[in-house]
Parts: sequence; structure tokens; C-alpha cells
Amino acid sequence: MSVLVYTENWKGTFRKSTFEAVSYAKETAKLLGTDVIALSIGDVSDDELNKLGNYGASKVLSASGIAKGDSQAASNLFAEHATNAKIIVFASTYTSKMITPRLAAKLKAGMLSNVVGVPSSVSPLTVSRKAFSGKAIEKAVANTEKGIILLAPNAFGLIECGGNCNIEQISASQTTSVTIEGEEISTGKISLAEAEIIVSAGRGLKGPENWGMVEELADLLGAATACSKPVSDIGWRPHGEHVGQTGKAVAPNLYVAIGISGAIQHLAGVNSSKVMVAINTDAEAPFFKAADYGIVGDAFDVVPRLIEEIKKVKN
Amino acid sequence: MNIVVCISSVPDTTSKINFSENGKSLDSSGIQFVINPYDEFGLTKAMMLKEKSAGNVTVITVGDATVEPVMRKALAIGADQAVRINNNPKDSYSTASEIAKYLSENPADLIIAGRESIDYNGGAVGGMIAEILNLPFVNACNGLEIEGTTAKLSREIDGGKENLSISLPLVIGGQKGLVEESDLRIPNMRGIMQARTKPLQVVENSNADCLTTSEQFEKPAEKSACKLVESGNEAELVRLLQEEAKVI
Repeated sequence: MSVLVYTENWKGTFRKSTFEAVSYAKETAKLLGTDVIALSIGDVSDDELNKLGNYGASKVLSASGIAKGDSQAASNLFAEHATNAKIIVFASTYTSKMITPRLAAKLKAGMLSNVVGVPSSVSPLTVSRKAFSGKAIEKAVANTEKGIILLAPNAFGLIECGGNCNIEQISASQTTSVTIEGEEISTGKISLAEAEIIVSAGRGLKGPENWGMVEELADLLGAATACSKPVSDIGWRPHGEHVGQTGKAVAPNLYVAIGISGAIQHLAGVNSSKVMVAINTDAEAPFFKAADYGIVGDAFDVVPRLIEEIKKVKN
Repeated sequence: MNIVVCISSVPDTTSKINFSENGKSLDSSGIQFVINPYDEFGLTKAMMLKEKSAGNVTVITVGDATVEPVMRKALAIGADQAVRINNNPKDSYSTASEIAKYLSENPADLIIAGRESIDYNGGAVGGMIAEILNLPFVNACNGLEIEGTTAKLSREIDGGKENLSISLPLVIGGQKGLVEESDLRIPNMRGIMQARTKPLQVVENSNADCLTTSEQFEKPAEKSACKLVESGNEAELVRLLQEEAKVI
């Protein structure tokens, strides 16, 4: 028996979400009294693979020769190596969300997504998960021999255990009907999925020419920038920055909302943030009901002063 | 080209969510049900593809009779016919199995589901249909063009997109980008009139297996009140974020 965990890489590098999934798998494996086996897809150096040991993987299966975007090939590979796995853990990434439903149907394994904590029981596998776009917590059960867990972003954290892992190369075959033609990645920017801090702004900024201070604040904090739906709809900011119900769901440690009223659809995409700050002229703005900290005031006064204060503490 | 769009009937995005007293199920009183927003992108894309290259658009759902107004709305937007598999949906796998069974008897060239539904957020039905039918699957699909029997697609990945080329048939999980928000179709009067007489077929369910169950729902703990800092005292906000919240 084992806990199998997908350790996704981006051009050969693991991210925090990868190590978080391994840490979570290790905690879950303790409940079962078993070990964690990691499965990696794509070319990753031994140095990078060895990092997985530090978070609790005792063995790493490394498959090169297939692309992670080929969901059929990837789910076949997982099924092949899941024979002894009782629980299979994935971080909630776009690629995981493409592999897991296939794998669940293939193995007849209950799939539990948006999971926010370690299982309250491993037999039957019982977890708490977010539902109704964060408006509810559901206690859900997989009534199957194997279970698949998709861990919500930033829901568990990292636990280093200082262990070592063995690396084993495995073979995999690609699906012939699928051709991956390449990626278009916006370079030099922190992605919203990875960001620990997000600075987001809305219609209160009055026009795209006023985003300079938002970007300055984000740069100072090492944050990613985001925006509300109306702002991306009218083309002030790119669609990729839209967070909310129909855009991206985010879960940073800190979410700063500038000139965003806090419509229920926007909050549904950001309510997993650990700490939220609202800056708005309207004291009645719904965001103040969801936020932890707030300043009622004009963003054009507050944000430049905030930038100065952060500069002071950063120096 | 035969296109099938899977539709989930979900509470309107502005709904306040409440549960029955024992927390076992959604309290649907006073809730307006709508087409799942992610499915709306797929339905509009299906209409555009049909207009470009001729074809037929079927909308399909698993649900009881209460979902029919939502299916009529999909017909009013322009789908040619609707299929309702009569079942109270229980989990992703049983829902996917029922739809896959229909599709194995009524094959389609392109099957469009949403990336996830905004109610249970399982994000599993599309991928499970693909697996059961042994078809390729692209999730979080934010671009699709059909050239002959090949689909040129893009999918969202962290920080960008990945481009793929896949031969039909295939299943996608759609989202914004498949069409733009401003291109979303809404029913017009002519569409609403026509929808009344379009076929809405009811198919009996096959009692497919469930893999997961829902034990209990509860609302997240109430947040403590927002700490307001005076405008002009941004230093205090920075102090709180550093010393109390420990996030910067």
C-alpha cells in the first residue's frame, strides 16, 4: 500500500504547489502507516527530483517522453503505477484537473476536488472540501477502494522532514491523436497561481492609465497583479488578470483589493485568500464585510501613501 | 458536425446559499436556476461553429423535471434539441456515465462540457465522459477552431496557454476565452417562441454507479469584523499586516 502523489514541474522546476502536495501526501500516508511515492512527468534533473525527499517522498518515479498536456497518456501512466496506491494526491493545477477525472473513471476511484484539509478518515476516505464557489464546506466521502484527492491551493502549507528519496526512471507512451504544439507563457511576471500576495484593482481606478501605482505596489510586495471582471471586460486589463467566479480563483496569503466593490461573484474567486485588505471610497462596499483590514478612502490618496510606508519598512 | 453541449442547472451566481436543516442538501427555495456560466461559453461556441460549417447542436443534462426551464433557455439560445436524462444527479461519475451511455448510442464529433459547475465545483464530468468513451480531453479550454476533422485548441496553464492539435472526436471542458464574455448569446423573442416547439427528449436513467457521497454541508465560519484604519494612517495598516497578520 502507498500514497501516490503527482509532482508537477514547469520546464523542469517544481513549484510550491508541488511541495505542498507532497507534504500533504506525507501527512495522509502517516494516517495509513505507509510511504509516499511521487510520480513526475517530463524531463527533470536528479537534483530537482531529490528535493521531493525533503517533503516526505521516499521514492520518485520519473517518466520522460510524454507531455503532461496529453491527458490520456498521463492518466494511463498513473493507472499503471497506482496498483498499490490507496490514495492519489494532486495539487489543484490546470494539468491535474485534466488528468484526475480520467483517472477516477479509469480506476473507479472516488475523486474529491477542492480539498482543504487532511482526511478525517481514511476508511472510507472522508475529507472537507469547498463547494458552491467557497460559499460552503462539504464533508465528502469516496466509497471506493482507491481515492483521488485534489488539494486546494495554499490550503495545507509546506512541511519539511529532511528525508531522502530514490529515483527510478519509468517509461511512458504518448497518445497518437494528440499533438502538443507549444506553450505561450508571459515571462517575467509572477503567475496568479503562484503568487503569495496579489494586488488587485477595479473600476474605482477610473482608467487603465492609472494602473502605475497598482503595479508599483505589487512590485514592492513581490506580488502579482489582478483585476475585477468589469475592468477586463472593458479592456483596461488583460483577461488573464480577471479573478472571480468566471475568471481565475486565487488563494494567496494576502489579497489587496483597490477600488473593487466586492460583488458576490468577485468574492467567490478570492474568498480563499488568507488575509484580505479593502481600499474603497464607499464605506458600504460589500468588500468591507469580507475583508480583514480596510481603509475607507480614495485610492488615489491611499495607495501612494501606502507605497511610501511599505518602502520605509522594506528598507 | 454533431455537437453535444452538456448543461448543468445551477443557482444563479448572486444566490445566497442555504442548506436544509440537517445540512444534507441545498435549500433551493427562492433560488433562481441558470445555465452554469462555464457551459454558457460552450453553448455559444457551439452555435458559432454550427453557423460556420453547418451542423446540429444537442444540449444534454442529467436532472429531474425541474431543470427543464434551463434546457428551454438553451434551446432559445439556439440549440436544435435537448435531452434530459431523468435522474436526480448524485455524483460526477454517475452523471458522466449516464451522458456517456447516451453518447455511445448517439455519437458526436465534439462534446463540450464546462470546466466545472459553480455549485458542487467537482470539475469531473467532462473528463470522465472522455475516459468512458476513450476520447481525448482538454480541460480549461480557452480557444477552439475546427479545420476539417482536426481541432486546434488552447488550454489555460499557469501563467499562459498551451496549444494543441487533436483529431475529432474529442471532449473539452470550456471556460472564458472559448468565446468572449461580450459574445455570449442571450435568448431573443424569436428564439424563445421557437424553443417551445423544439424537441426535449426525456431518457430514462440506467442507474449508473456512484463513487462519492456528500455527507454534510455547512457554511464557512463567519469572518470577524473588518479592522478599519483611518485614511492617512497607512503606517498602521502596514504595521498590522506585518505584526498581526504576518503576511508582508
